[in-house]
Amino acid sequence: MKKVIVLGATSAIAQATVRLLAARGAALYLVGRNAANLEAVARDASTRGAPKVEFRALDLNDCEAHASLVERAWQALGGLDGAVLAHGVLGDQAESQRSWAATELVLRTNFLSAASLLTELANRFEAQKAGTLVVISSVAGDRGRQSNYVYGASKGALTVFLQGLRNRLAKSGVAVVTVKPGFVDTPMTAHVPKNKLFASPEQVARGLLKAADGRKNEVYVPGFWALIMLIIRSIPEPVFKRLKL
Amino acid sequence: MSTSDSWGRFPRVEQQTRALVWRSDALPRVDGPVLPHGLGRSYGDSCLNDGGTVLLTAGLDRLIDFDPTTGVVRCEAGVSLDTLLRLAVPRGWFLPVTPGTKFVTVGGAIANDVHGKNHHRAGTFGRHVRRFELVRSDGSRRMCSPVENADWFGATIGGLGLTGLVTWAEVQLTPIRNPFVVQETVPFDNLDGFMRVSAESEADHDFTMSWVDCLARGRKLGRGLFYRGNFAPTQFDRLPLAKSHLSHGSGLAVPMDLPGFCLNRLSVSAFNFLYYHRERTRPSPRLVHYDPFFYPLDSVYGWNRIYGRKGFLQFQCVVPHATARDALKELLERSARGGLPSFLSVLKTFGDLPSPGWMSFPRPGYTLALDFANRGEKTWRLVEELDRVTREAGGAVYPAKDARMSPESFAAYFPQRERFAAYIDPAFSSSFWRRVNPVPLPLPSLEGRQVSIP
Ligand SMILES: Cc1cc2nc3c(=O)[nH]c(=O)nc-3n(C[C@H](O)[C@H](O)[C@H](O)COP(=O)(O)OP(=O)(O)OC[C@H]3O[C@@H](n4cnc5c(N)ncnc54)[C@H](O)[C@@H]3O)c2cc1C
Repeated sequence: MKKVIVLGATSAIAQATVRLLAARGAALYLVGRNAANLEAVARDASTRGAPKVEFRALDLNDCEAHASLVERAWQALGGLDGAVLAHGVLGDQAESQRSWAATELVLRTNFLSAASLLTELANRFEAQKAGTLVVISSVAGDRGRQSNYVYGASKGALTVFLQGLRNRLAKSGVAVVTVKPGFVDTPMTAHVPKNKLFASPEQVARGLLKAADGRKNEVYVPGFWALIMLIIRSIPEPVFKRLKL
Repeated sequence: MSTSDSWGRFPRVEQQTRALVWRSDALPRVDGPVLPHGLGRSYGDSCLNDGGTVLLTAGLDRLIDFDPTTGVVRCEAGVSLDTLLRLAVPRGWFLPVTPGTKFVTVGGAIANDVHGKNHHRAGTFGRHVRRFELVRSDGSRRMCSPVENADWFGATIGGLGLTGLVTWAEVQLTPIRNPFVVQETVPFDNLDGFMRVSAESEADHDFTMSWVDCLARGRKLGRGLFYRGNFAPTQFDRLPLAKSHLSHGSGLAVPMDLPGFCLNRLSVSAFNFLYYHRERTRPSPRLVHYDPFFYPLDSVYGWNRIYGRKGFLQFQCVVPHATARDALKELLERSARGGLPSFLSVLKTFGDLPSPGWMSFPRPGYTLALDFANRGEKTWRLVEELDRVTREAGGAVYPAKDARMSPESFAAYFPQRERFAAYIDPAFSSSFWRRVNPVPLPLPSLEGRQVSIP
């Protein structure tokens, strides 16, 4: 990936990824909501060696704007060969249970906006028969649990969407990489007490880029989540529904 | 509230933590006093805030700008010196001043106005800071430099994190032509020997520092090894390459607290003896990579744990030239007699380059740093004695390494403290500050002063 658009560039995982990409000399187009924060990330990236960094402040929930956003990024970098989708919200499960508006916001941010962006990007990558789409999904999408099924559903839908996209793009040589982090120590999880299962954003970023370089399909980062989720997925539903998870 | 400690692992306090993420954000509103916290490499309680909140600056770790032609770097205050080195060294630049660990933040280096092995040449870190932004709890943001808000600049350098939050800073780096240092080791037999080698070495060497065998007594009191060095030129003679450069990032770690009995008089004297005799016989001069030269302790991650759970006390003082000979003698004699030997004892000459910081610790004279495992009462009495010797010699003790100086000592060491106190942010405080000022200082009013609020 030499010309990369990063969506949700001010998120902790994206920032860590941007640093690694910058150090490798990738040109970057950064998108996030807050212009001042985006500029801070952009300057950091160019100081660390990115030959070109452009940024644009935009609320990615505005799907109408996606086509022109991708077009602009394409123009700015003279084409794209990589995309990292890292925007997302954790939401509040209790709030979502009370209010459809809260549920919809999680689904819109984590799934609908991603699907819209991926539609734009996939068509361009398919046409040029090259490129890597890296998307941050979550272990939470592997099985619905009472404690966060709205977030889990948004990520589960994203995971399935990516499976289909991968299937479609395989023949064009475009890689679709689904990254499933477990708990990550970021501002998004600042309120959660930390334990040994938490990974740092840098750790996830390294895993993400390794998966992208290897054109992997679905990866868990850190890797031990593959085992944890295997166990969680294989609990029979009659038992699972009684568990407090 | 959670329990925290500093690098010396003493004292332990109960405090809240809040992570800062963006430099343009307002300071978080919390109950009780706040204090910025960098990488916690201060030893005592100056980076702690018992009963209050510390603002973790680790997230403010973005670079803003680096000009490889001028060597001026601008970065957020939570950027570590390690990050700056990774950026600058491959482009031919080095930190103008660095402490003995690279795991400190730019904000922490400003707040303690740190010094390095080149104080006689370059002065303190604060001399190389071109400007920074200071955010106060009233929401004001000031650009501070030697000419703009110069008083806030002077108060904040060496200001112990009390004048507000430094969000970003601009630092002038120094050019190097090589990441290797030509190092010479000169043994000296006693204090007079140290002073002689030091005086001789200052003119031709950018970096000087001595390790002292603090168990040697009598005629050998103050014997040790003088290290001096300069960055190697682009073309250098074929000097022997130090093996230690291989330890660059070796990642040795102290896995757990060592039980207290591992460090006793016998093990420390054995270590000192072996170290002295091994180092004496190694080739000199030789080429050493900057990493082991400047940061020998960083290769043992978590080395502070060798002192066990009770932690340790550092004692670092400076004594003026006029009284230095007798004072250093007495300091070394007392620490050798104390029965609780110091593991690492370091001696160095401070030059007379002034710092812009009002509360800066370095001043002309000799500085001696000692570590003592914390064995309770006995250790405290000893360090208290060392403090008294320092005070009587007209010297000062370094707050960044202190957990116990008295309010009276503090007042004697830092004559500018009242002028400084007027610049403390009313929402900021630290365990250290409350300890050395049990009675709050009278605050001269800042009203009517020109302040720049954007
Ligand atoms: C192995 C070792 C060797 C050392 N060698 C030396 C040496 O040679 N010379 C020397 O001078 N010191 C030395 N030190 C001490 C160390 O350099 C200082 O304590 C330094 O200030 C620590 O920086 P920090 O980022 O860890 O800050 P902390 O210890 O976390 O905090 C230090 C102070 O900085 C303030 N601060 C931190 N960030 C900000 C900010 N953004 N805005 C305002 N205030 C802030 C804090 O409130 C606190 O008062 C050494 C320490 C170790 C562990």
